[in-house]
Amino acid sequence: MHLQTLSELAAGLKARQFSATELARAFLERIGRAQAQLNAFITVEDDTVLAAAAAADRALADGSAGPLTGLPIAHKDIFCTAGSLTTCGSRMLANFVSPYDATVVERLRAAGVVTLGKTNMDEFAMGSSNETSYFGPVRNPWDRARVPGGSSGGSAVAVAARLAPAATGTDTGGSIRQPAALCGITGVKPTYGRVSRYGIVAFASSLDQAGVLTISAEDAALLLGVIAGFDPRDSTSVDLPVPDYSAALREPLAGLKVGLLKECFDKGLDPQVEARVRAAAEVLRQQGAQISEVSLPNLPLSVPTYYVVAPAECSSNLARFDGVRYGYRCESPRDLRDLYERSRGEGFGAEVKRRIMTGTYVLSAGYFDAFYLKAQKVRQLIARDFNRAFEQVDVLLGPTTPTAAFEIGAKTSDPVTMYLNDIYTIGANLAGLPGISVPCGFADRLPVGMQLIGPHFAEARLLRVAHQYQLATDWHRRIPEGYA
Amino acid sequence: MSLTRSEIENVAKLARLALSETEIPVYLSNLSRILDLVGQLERADTAVVEPMSHPLPGQVQRLRPDAVTETDQHQLYQRNAPQVKAGLYLVPKVVE
Repeated sequence: MHLQTLSELAAGLKARQFSATELARAFLERIGRAQAQLNAFITVEDDTVLAAAAAADRALADGSAGPLTGLPIAHKDIFCTAGSLTTCGSRMLANFVSPYDATVVERLRAAGVVTLGKTNMDEFAMGSSNETSYFGPVRNPWDRARVPGGSSGGSAVAVAARLAPAATGTDTGGSIRQPAALCGITGVKPTYGRVSRYGIVAFASSLDQAGVLTISAEDAALLLGVIAGFDPRDSTSVDLPVPDYSAALREPLAGLKVGLLKECFDKGLDPQVEARVRAAAEVLRQQGAQISEVSLPNLPLSVPTYYVVAPAECSSNLARFDGVRYGYRCESPRDLRDLYERSRGEGFGAEVKRRIMTGTYVLSAGYFDAFYLKAQKVRQLIARDFNRAFEQVDVLLGPTTPTAAFEIGAKTSDPVTMYLNDIYTIGANLAGLPGISVPCGFADRLPVGMQLIGPHFAEARLLRVAHQYQLATDWHRRIPEGYA
Repeated sequence: MSLTRSEIENVAKLARLALSETEIPVYLSNLSRILDLVGQLERADTAVVEPMSHPLPGQVQRLRPDAVTETDQHQLYQRNAPQVKAGLYLVPKVVE
């Protein structure tokens, strides 16, 4: 049963082919067996999982079950889960027990979903390879010498290796879409404000958005319908009705205008990745879509813009880790200042410190206008480029990443080389737009993903394009050798 | 853009981060590289552009009514504190 999609498992539970407890046990057993190889999880509490599964079985028996009751899911360890550890991949929070549930977690629990565990991630979601985790790197099941991408690397690997049928993630600059592409699964980053950020450890508050990593677009639609929607506890949550994403999947693509993102087919793009994405565009054309090319001239400035805005917001958000109220505290501090400086110096890893310092620098007196204000202006230019593009086309299409998964250690010596992995994904975060990565083939036996970007709140359209593509292809059903 | 050692030390001080002697040259080189990348922004003509203040057009920060909605849960929250005594967070002596 571990090979089935979430939608198939839901049907199986309803038809009593297996119980929620049997399902949870099967995935727990797979998680345990794969942990030494892949390191996809940080925390798994078998007793809690089985108690939730037993409750789901009671609901299934007494008729009070909803459409998702008994389905298992893994959460990125950035989501607070009441009574369980939420480490955010950091030494700083290695012992932090969440006092409450994130809204995403709460809504899934209320729908009867069983939490399997908390997945490994880049420290504080800062990274593109899952190598910055305090709990060690996650390995890509398609080639364990390679990275799974990041920062939601553990979630992507959990789904790709079928250790969980679906997982949550967060995406600040590509952290759902990039690992989804590198692991051969489907990953959705909704519009900014579509899903509540309450209870998610904050990184860059104007960019952070929660979403899902799944086998299929159909599964993503099912979960997004539950987690999306207004939440008064997130001041940037948007009060708009949530459409029926699952119903929207069925509409065919005839007449849909797809724009190939010219700036994403640049000299840094691997020729094999380009070939797979162009082949995917051809599939969409055969399904009735009209393909054209669209240019967003300011998009190549996404990465420098992001590396001002994101570190600036990160340096403010992470000021809360002071060694006083929660989190790591250094041994025998001399005075309060020493307590702050050593708790933070010892509690944060190298990439987090790099970003805090970059952010502190660009916000410091005398540099604010030259860096931060300039970046927010260029961000506006990028957003305008997208707006203009959506006057011509319904969705934008390009590669999710410049290359397939790279080797562990290959890009750790130079931070800028690592940052360029997100060159095609960052634009959607800067403009607050929804994006989805969909498996579209392989390059040297490693998965390749295509990215679709839509206008604000067009998640239903993106899911529909992805679903129609997945009806015509089976890349999303491929499973790495040894994990079938 | 090349930073100096004292600039790195000052940034670390502002950010309340203790750095070891071996970390300083690493961050010096890293931050200089990152600022080179950021320097590409100068290429963009932003003379007549307003800085972006919200990722969604037309949205402003929502305010809630000024009413008490939280209950007192300090005992629960203090379970995560490194050092607590009599309901208070303990820190090294600040005032002599």
